Amino acid sequence: MDVVIENLPRYLAGFRLTLLLLAVSGIAALIIGTIIAAMRISPITTLRGFATVYTELVRNTPLTLVLFFCAIILPYLGADFSYLVFAAIGLSVYTSPFVAEALRSGINGVPIGQAEAARSLGLNFGQSVGLVILPQAFRMTIPPLINVFIALTKNTSVAGGFFVAELFTVGKELANGNGDRVIAVLLGVATFYLIITIPLGILAAHVERRVMVQR
Amino acid sequence: MSGSNVLFDAQGPRGRRVSLILSIIGGLVLLAAVAWVVSILAAPRESGGITVPGMFDPSRWDIYSDPQLWGAIWRGTLATLQAAGVAAVGAVALGVVFALLRSAATAWIRIPTTIVLEFFRGMPVLLMMLFILLVASTGAFWAVVIALILYNGALIGEALRAGLASLPRGQREAGLSLGMRPLQSRMLVEFPQAFRQMLPIIVAQLVVLLKDTSLGYIVGYNELIRTTMNNLASFYGNRYLFSLFAVTLVIYLIMNLSLSWFARWLSRRTASGGTRRGKRAGPPPDLDQAVLMAQASALARTSERPQ
Repeated sequence: MDVVIENLPRYLAGFRLTLLLLAVSGIAALIIGTIIAAMRISPITTLRGFATVYTELVRNTPLTLVLFFCAIILPYLGADFSYLVFAAIGLSVYTSPFVAEALRSGINGVPIGQAEAARSLGLNFGQSVGLVILPQAFRMTIPPLINVFIALTKNTSVAGGFFVAELFTVGKELANGNGDRVIAVLLGVATFYLIITIPLGILAAHVERRVMVQR
Repeated sequence: MSGSNVLFDAQGPRGRRVSLILSIIGGLVLLAAVAWVVSILAAPRESGGITVPGMFDPSRWDIYSDPQLWGAIWRGTLATLQAAGVAAVGAVALGVVFALLRSAATAWIRIPTTIVLEFFRGMPVLLMMLFILLVASTGAFWAVVIALILYNGALIGEALRAGLASLPRGQREAGLSLGMRPLQSRMLVEFPQAFRQMLPIIVAQLVVLLKDTSLGYIVGYNELIRTTMNNLASFYGNRYLFSLFAVTLVIYLIMNLSLSWFARWLSRRTASGGTRRGKRAGPPPDLDQAVLMAQASALARTSERPQ
């Protein structure tokens, strides 16, 4: 326990970086994912095709490979950012198709009669999506979106393997420095991750229950 | 809402023309973007006064006639598949055990299992790998495999438990009233149904497991990415980094896409017997979401029918 308290400032610095990565790439993934989801339900065939291919490709690429591309190949190609930016780019791109799928599953969860009713009232595509479908879909997308963010929290640890000094890296360095107290050091790191993931998980279950009852 | 074509009218001749034109414009924009990326990649670049050939220059791709290189890539792929295979078997087995313990009638068994499961589920796999590597000093292969078994075992256990909880209560009651012991009813009546119901989700989770073996790159297990991007790139030189990356990506896509399609096929097959007959080629099933839904529906059912 002592080793955690002694090194609390370092833990907190790492935790701050983890939270920063989570916030930045979470917001970026939300934006990209929404665009991809909109493309997937749009009437324009090429956009739909592009969104489908993008989702399939990124979903089936390991995060390690995505981050490797961002952190090592992009600089090799001449991009010049800090490793933190590269990691944020990689995490956003990797998370975006999962966001898109969560949004799409929410849209698919709206009963088809709602769309038919909107259409038969004479609303056009934009109106029926914006006024009827999305407000209902939004509620149902919250639990899957929270799950995506839980996964993102855990995935930020992979950025630690690519030169970002976040929580995982702090843990690794402290473990190397305190070879006799590895267990305490790493349990300390785990606690910080659990502080984020467990409340989010409880929140997701709570929202899902409410949405389920309303259905 | 599975058919999103309800959202817009069947288009007339003018609308079809407009949408065709938009499709073509969209396609051209995408093509232009791809061409731009390719041209950037292919352009020779200056670096420290020396002109380096572009990424598609033959001098960056000439190592692929070397059979030894393919041998190394094959060994890397095999190492990835080996870790994934061992971990998959272990994770499903552990998941079954976790599910049974987690739904045990005795609180002394159930509550500690719940805490352990929550702990494993909320932690990054990478951290677990590091933990096992440093604390148990098992060597990189077993660190990767054991961490994947614990993490995915916890997830699969939770999924199976949710599957058990969402079964109609009559199944258990029927089993018990036939004179089965509680464990017998669990194993012979309820569990097979929960397992079948959750099978597509478990297979989808195995895709995640296969992707996660790549974390071995960070903890020093010589799997595919480490073989190509580390060992081969330093052996043949950094100028092959890009082409090695492309090859690695293609191999991963082949492995993961085939497994994803299998999961999707399974979920379509098992779903076709139920109510969702019209659903075609849906998204691959997601484990966390399925768990949430099964839990919530089980809770909703128990709350509307007080004992």
